[in-house]
Amino acid sequence: MRTEIHYKTISIDGRIRHLKKRLESSSLPDVTSMAMADVYIIGRDDLPAELPGEIFSDPVAQKALTGKSAIGEGYLPDWTYAVEVSFKPGVTNPTAMTAKSALKAVLGKDFQKETPVQTARQYIFQVPDYSREDKERLAKVLFNPLIETAVILTKEEWDSGKRFPELYSIAGSEEAMTVGTYDLAALSDKELEDFSREKLLALSLDEMKALRDYYRRDDVIDRRKQRQMPEGPTDVELEMIAQTWSEHCKHKILNAKISYTEGETTEEINSLFKTYIKGTTDQMLESKPYLKSLFHDNAGVIEFDDENLLCFKVETHNSPSALDPYGGSITGIVGVNRDILGTGKGARPIFNTNVLCFGELDTPAGDIPEGLLSPKTIMHGVHQGIIDGGNQSGIPTVGGAFLFDEHYMGKPLVFCGTGGILPRKILGEDGWVKHVRPGTLAVMLGGRIGKDGIHGATFSSLVLDEESPTSAVQIGDPITQKRMSDFLIEARDRGLYEGITDNGAGGLSSSMGEMAEESNGLRVDLDKCPLKYQGLAPWEIWVSESQERMSLAINPATLNDFMVLAEKRDVEATVIGEFTDSGLIELFYKGEIAAEMELEFIHDGLPVMALNANWQPPARPETPAESEFTSGEMLKKLLSEFNIASKEALVRQYDHEVQIQSVQKPFVGAKSDAPSDGAVLRPVANSSKGVTITHGICPRYSVIDTYNMAACALDEAFRAHIGMGGNPDLTSALDNFCWPDPVESERTPDGQYKLAQAVRACRGLQDTCLAYGIPLISGKDSMKNDAQLGGKKVSVKPTLLISLMGIMDDYKKTVSSDFKNTGDLVLVAGETRGEMGGTFYNKILKDESGRVPGVDTKSALALYRKLYKAIGLGLVASCHDLSDGGFGVAAAESAIGGRLGARLDLGLLPGGPSMETMSTDTLLYCETPSRFLISVKPEKLEEFRQIMEGSFLSVIGEVEDTGNLTVTRVGNPVFTETVENLAETWKSPLGKFPEEEVK
Amino acid sequence: MIKACIVTGHGINSDNELVLAFNKAGAKGKRVHIQDLIEKPSLLSEYQILAFPGGFSFGDHIGSGLVFAHIFKQHLKDELSKFIADGKPVIGICNGFQILVKMGILPNFSGNYTPEVSLIHNDTGVFENSWLKVAFNEKSPCIWTEGMSEMDIPIRHGEGRFYTDDEALLEKLELENLVALRYSGRNPNGSLNNIAGITDPTGRILGLMPHPEGFIFPENHPLWHRNRPESAAGLEVFRNGVEYVRKNL
Repeated sequence: MRTEIHYKTISIDGRIRHLKKRLESSSLPDVTSMAMADVYIIGRDDLPAELPGEIFSDPVAQKALTGKSAIGEGYLPDWTYAVEVSFKPGVTNPTAMTAKSALKAVLGKDFQKETPVQTARQYIFQVPDYSREDKERLAKVLFNPLIETAVILTKEEWDSGKRFPELYSIAGSEEAMTVGTYDLAALSDKELEDFSREKLLALSLDEMKALRDYYRRDDVIDRRKQRQMPEGPTDVELEMIAQTWSEHCKHKILNAKISYTEGETTEEINSLFKTYIKGTTDQMLESKPYLKSLFHDNAGVIEFDDENLLCFKVETHNSPSALDPYGGSITGIVGVNRDILGTGKGARPIFNTNVLCFGELDTPAGDIPEGLLSPKTIMHGVHQGIIDGGNQSGIPTVGGAFLFDEHYMGKPLVFCGTGGILPRKILGEDGWVKHVRPGTLAVMLGGRIGKDGIHGATFSSLVLDEESPTSAVQIGDPITQKRMSDFLIEARDRGLYEGITDNGAGGLSSSMGEMAEESNGLRVDLDKCPLKYQGLAPWEIWVSESQERMSLAINPATLNDFMVLAEKRDVEATVIGEFTDSGLIELFYKGEIAAEMELEFIHDGLPVMALNANWQPPARPETPAESEFTSGEMLKKLLSEFNIASKEALVRQYDHEVQIQSVQKPFVGAKSDAPSDGAVLRPVANSSKGVTITHGICPRYSVIDTYNMAACALDEAFRAHIGMGGNPDLTSALDNFCWPDPVESERTPDGQYKLAQAVRACRGLQDTCLAYGIPLISGKDSMKNDAQLGGKKVSVKPTLLISLMGIMDDYKKTVSSDFKNTGDLVLVAGETRGEMGGTFYNKILKDESGRVPGVDTKSALALYRKLYKAIGLGLVASCHDLSDGGFGVAAAESAIGGRLGARLDLGLLPGGPSMETMSTDTLLYCETPSRFLISVKPEKLEEFRQIMEGSFLSVIGEVEDTGNLTVTRVGNPVFTETVENLAETWKSPLGKFPEEEVK
Repeated sequence: MIKACIVTGHGINSDNELVLAFNKAGAKGKRVHIQDLIEKPSLLSEYQILAFPGGFSFGDHIGSGLVFAHIFKQHLKDELSKFIADGKPVIGICNGFQILVKMGILPNFSGNYTPEVSLIHNDTGVFENSWLKVAFNEKSPCIWTEGMSEMDIPIRHGEGRFYTDDEALLEKLELENLVALRYSGRNPNGSLNNIAGITDPTGRILGLMPHPEGFIFPENHPLWHRNRPESAAGLEVFRNGVEYVRKNL
């Protein structure tokens, strides 16, 4: 039976206003009016007609129509065109799952598990005479053909008797599934390569050869004979290897042997990861006792106080977000949430972050390669995914950034981070330690397995092209995961499991495979794994990336209690096998062996890649471009640049306060609309300690030198931590590399340069980390961020995101960026060195000249330590770090925050004698790092100065109540702008918050 | 010790801070999973206060609070009626408010738990998290808001637009002073008469969209860097509830 539910009157349906706005932004001709209805389909006819309405509608505000339709009842009388959107069969539909739960609760015994329950959304329009193209454009706003289908009905069709479906098709097939076998032994090199490509294995020739040679080993041959297995790999084995050896899971490029040439010298580097990432932290282990668990677990773990630990992880979900932006970002978030649930004995997520990089929003439609979604469409979907993923999970989204650059048009970058809290001791054991012992049971928990997300790990290791598989996308269901997450904390505190990890890329193959390393063996019955629908091949069960699942190791003695609690909490748990010490992974399907491989080969049999890197500093123009704008006009250009402009209208849609830990929110100041430098949280109610979360990301500098890009990114995150009052000695950082493919090939002739960029970024990161004493505790790399479509290749700029989690001694000392009081003195700390290369100023002028900003770690660290002390003593009224757009933008932002004016003189900026020869625009807009704009009360100036003694610091003006920001240079006027005007300029480009009053 | 039952499960997510709020107000808050109540309904009688926290029960997939309300009412209607009849106070915040109106507990003029008002999609069509001013109705019989006049408070919702198409009912709510609080600055969601929260004729049941448990530390306030508030105004709501129990039960 089919039920349509709509609001009693169209005018009270708030969703329509939002949708109309989106239609307008897609430059569609006027939609005169429109209406929406929710459709519920129950695959049985014996229920009372009024029942669906009672369950699914709000009787006060809505109307339910069973056996009738909104169109037929004249909901929008002059309609011309209607579209009904539903998920494709097999795609996760959280609404249908909830509908099923509700039906089950109401029907009780009469509920039939196998009855299909489906949902759809209907859009009814009265549109002017739309052309075919307009209708297609309209459809593009309403649905994503990758995961959804749309049924379209015109008034004429309706009049001739056509209706929307009574039941949509159902996923699955009854076909019997078997294990397939391949014979690699006879294949030539060329055939091996072709085989890898055809099967989407993403394995290189060397890797295919290593695999072939495994099956040629005498002991392997003998063992397979004994077990009556085929000589060659089964499809389950092949897919398991492809998944485990994928770039996504094994980080082959960062672990490669690299010959790095710079000028005349060539150096051998044995793994960038071991040398520069882990190698950096290894040098600090003794001096940083607060580091608890690094690199090997799902997230890095540090100490918070005597009772609690903190962990933090950032992942990327770029490739899925390019195809299905909503599904891509929501699975990115709930996926990284699971990393935290699977860290140590299981941590509780306490914050999310997200940093998003998109193509330029104003890219003309003609410049977008065929097959790619527009940056606007991608941003809308990703943003919506983050809203649902974070808000529905009850995890506050506390920080992040939006970046826009034409190089992100091929693949957007979607960095999703989550932090968690974990008790130091759980039932007497260290909270960050887990066990997987032989004899414990292998249990899968949470959602069921479908065909969604098959080949996700291998797909993200390939270039995005016309043949990208559509099965690689998934949709997350935060509520299923929230149930599981609540349940896990309960089970953890009762000691009901011993080991835990999450199911992400590679599914069970990855999670169970990793856990098996600790016990040294695993056996699983694939046919015991619960499926969403029939028709999955055994290999699909093993590598599917269906969401909301964890893998656990459970002692048989606690199994019963675990299962009883899971049942009560409505979380599905299934024993699928056991951990052994056989040295093998053994998989069975319906009693027959389907895969048998040595763990050692699976995890260590992968040949190490050997790559060449060659650094040639890029040739760049020497003469800067002339600006046609006055300095004041340039300030407004910068404030309205999408990268710098306010994101408030977007960010206010994230719940950033749930769990009520926030001390520093995303927006600060008198009207709570100015940017903060980062987040400060109070994670434990009875502790005065705080946690800071900040980011650094400077891809614009990559085109000049990635060494500086990395150094500046780390400095940006660190100085934001310091500027809010963070302790310089208690920090931890995560590195997320997102690179264009750096492996030289026909498709990538400049691979050696791109790899050299990676080497230099690692060096910049290491040098800066060591100088500042910042340990790297976890990270991730995504090295294939290219799209090749319609003969055009779009590659991302080499991008390194630094996410920093630090400690504040006392959260009540947190300082914000907004000017506080008239009469406060304004100071700048840190030397202005005038670098213009890669700045936003140069972006606006399309100027590719200029020196790239660089970090002087020695003087910066000295400054940071003093500022930390001064903030701790309560001497600082406001502090804002100088970053994108330099001094000019920071001054405007602090003024907007205070809604107070200021009079500032550029001639007083602290720095060397060369400053006198710099242009006024250089002083205003250069992006020298390690600088702050500070205000202090006049009576505190002397003490502040004494503490800051020896660092670049000077008073450059004062806060006024004029409402004007006035800038002079040695007394000569540069510009005067009203603060309200600047606020308007900064707040308008990406949609104002709050919107104008609704009529 | 006064005990507050904080109902949780299926996507409720503001339960921990609500426990903290009641603890700070001098009671003992305890999270109780709805399934544990269903299995043992008599558990409810061990508590003096019942609280429905915010969150996304069942993802708000079918209308906010609707499914949770169905299930709670289906299994626990008798215990709930008894709890209310015993004069024990009830509070529902955000998703909890949505659950209360969808169970027909608020305002319940009919006396038979029929839904009379609703909370529907914000007129902006989107979720919003921000701080706003609310004014309390000093003439309201609501025991939770007694003595309160105005405060800053966070909102975090996508479906908070107070709605009824029954004008007489709205008038009755106003006449009997059952509107306990209103948005006194910007109305964020198009609520009728700027209504942010209502009480029932007994004054013991309060439902509200804003989050008083989101302001139980001075540093929760977005302007704390500037105004340095000494107290957290949201705590007052919970103190009132606990005080009522202490004096009357």
